[in-house]
Amino acid sequence: MAANADRAAREEVLARVESWRRRAPKLTDKVVTMAHGAGGKAGQALLEAVIRPAFSNPALDRLDDGAVLEAPPGRRLVLTTDSFVVTPRRFGGGSIGDLAVNGTVNDLAAMGAEPHALALSFVLEEGLAVAELRQIVADAAAAAARAGAPVVTGDTKVVERGAADGCYITSSGVGWVMPGLELGAERVRPGDAVLVSGTLGDHGTAVMVARGDLALASAVESDTAPLWDLAEALLTAVPETRWMRDPTRGGLASAGNELAAAAGVGIRLFERRLPVRPEVAAACELLGLDPLHIANEGKLAAVVPGDRADAAVAAMRSCATGADAAIVGEVTGEHPGLVVIETALGGTRIADMLVGDPLPRIC
Amino acid sequence: MKYIDEYRDPETARVLLGEIEALAADQPQRKLMEVCGGHTHAIYRHGIESLLPDSIELVHGPGCPVCVIPMGRVDDAIAVARADGVTLCCFGDMLRVPGGDSTLQEAKAGGADVRIVYSPLDALALAEREPDREVVFLAVGFETTAPSTAATVLAARDRGVRNFSVFCNHVTIVPPLKAILDSPGLDLDGFLGPGHVSTVIGTDPFRFVPAQYGRPLVVAGFEPVDVLQGVSMLLRQLGGGRCEVENQYRRAVGGGGNRRGLELMREAFVLRPHFEWRGLGFIAQSALALAPGLADWDAEIRFDVPGLRVADPKACQCGEVLKGALRPWECKVFGTACTPESPIGTCMVSSEGACAAYYNYGRYSPRARIPVSAS
Repeated sequence: MAANADRAAREEVLARVESWRRRAPKLTDKVVTMAHGAGGKAGQALLEAVIRPAFSNPALDRLDDGAVLEAPPGRRLVLTTDSFVVTPRRFGGGSIGDLAVNGTVNDLAAMGAEPHALALSFVLEEGLAVAELRQIVADAAAAAARAGAPVVTGDTKVVERGAADGCYITSSGVGWVMPGLELGAERVRPGDAVLVSGTLGDHGTAVMVARGDLALASAVESDTAPLWDLAEALLTAVPETRWMRDPTRGGLASAGNELAAAAGVGIRLFERRLPVRPEVAAACELLGLDPLHIANEGKLAAVVPGDRADAAVAAMRSCATGADAAIVGEVTGEHPGLVVIETALGGTRIADMLVGDPLPRIC
Repeated sequence: MKYIDEYRDPETARVLLGEIEALAADQPQRKLMEVCGGHTHAIYRHGIESLLPDSIELVHGPGCPVCVIPMGRVDDAIAVARADGVTLCCFGDMLRVPGGDSTLQEAKAGGADVRIVYSPLDALALAEREPDREVVFLAVGFETTAPSTAATVLAARDRGVRNFSVFCNHVTIVPPLKAILDSPGLDLDGFLGPGHVSTVIGTDPFRFVPAQYGRPLVVAGFEPVDVLQGVSMLLRQLGGGRCEVENQYRRAVGGGGNRRGLELMREAFVLRPHFEWRGLGFIAQSALALAPGLADWDAEIRFDVPGLRVADPKACQCGEVLKGALRPWECKVFGTACTPESPIGTCMVSSEGACAAYYNYGRYSPRARIPVSAS
């Protein structure tokens, strides 16, 4: 009798333990610790409390080692990846969270591919506040929702304090290329027009201002935004589009130089047509920087046949992210390999690639 | 930044270019030296060279603070940066300046604590924030930046900040200008005087140029319209047989300079008996050291620096470029062994250096006066 009562009492306790074990793990930690990266319960708690609910979708919620995606028949797939180490992690107009999503979405868009799914990997430094991580994840989730590209798989690692700076994110994405589309530097011809979808240098300037070491009290906001809508509008209106690029680090000058070298053509830009916000121009002036070298995170540069330039600008301007789109230059057979700028005064100068790194960790 | 727009106005520039063309038509070939690297940068940045008549040649002068730092001083700065507990603060340009066998950038990658600041006061603030570090400010520049270094070191003294010191490499503009005017075979018709330096020292110190050397000098600002107006004023003097110091940059420069700035400099600095200039050699009384009363804040006294003179690489012709004797593209290593990515000479480092400005902005000329290369 006593033995039976004893067994019943023990089973009741074990059943209670089992039921506790089945409860969703609760995250009580205020900061990320090494335990969160150990693959055990703490890690699961972080995943379940912070990451999975933010991105929740059927593929991710299976929590498998990867996501199985259905590919539309006959469509070509683009795969891209990018790492984000920006400092500070939050700046005017965005954070490392939306940057990581938009950056990869825009790499796909510039390839003419509709974003389909994303993967995010976080490297966290021991000691990062969970509240900050929550905000970064919320920003990433909002950006993924805005871009229509679910985060279907991911990973989280933790490194010792000092081995990383807060939070690094690697994002990868797959997308399907628009049917029939052929983009590439080899298609660019003299007489083509060079377009940008809006003001140059906003992101890099916003990050510099957020660092606070310039004592600039300017309200410059990053342009971080997803660009597939814009790319789709352009490619639908002007399917003959030759080339597109998302001019991030190194700015339009680097993108232009890469194009000039790859296509064996010259690029001629007109300084007076380059859209630059006055506050960005002022910050660059103070620092001796050229807005052409400053990073963008929500701009598309494109080359289209000269006679389609107006249609291309109109298509870009039909999107919110392309409201300030402009024809800024032309492709020429002269000075192959060089980007030459006609200055506001009518003189000429070269715009070379950025040398050195005056603005480290900008994205 | 509104004021800048009117000095970049294409219409005003066109009128001035018309004036310059008319003046140049009645004159022989003219070689005008812009003394200051800020002018060199503006000239290329705005494509001004390509707009001037063929008979006007702008020759780039020695007024680029980074360009004139000799390699030995860079080695000294690297030695200080590598010392235990030291944080070396400098302007971004200095990171890539080659020393004898490395750069501050390489020292940083090797573990030295080298940080970029935008003002000497930032370095002092860092010293106050991090009292356990020995913060050293690597001071370079002409009279333009010397007053802010002076104000900073005096503030450190007044506030009793003991973990802050200055590695002083400030130089003065008049001695190298004299050295150029004294060089045999001088082939310059006039000078665009340095606007920024003149905001501090005024225009009076340049009177010796017309008085002793018979060359006109116009102190000019740094916007395209300033430069064009400066060129026009020089041509007017040359055409009219005048030879004097004129001031185009009246909105910022007075004859006697900035009294407060000069006072600060007098309090904080003394003239060095001589100082080595990259490519120009030793020039007497051409540089500033911290005053003896500020020895506690003088990095040269507080740290062991090798203090060795390092000969410039044989292939490097920075000296000739700084004197205006050689145009950047005439240097044997320009754009091949010496590029902004891996500079041999200092003129290729700073954005105000003649070689860097020419490489970055000027390599293509529609007038095809200069060989075009796609690097």
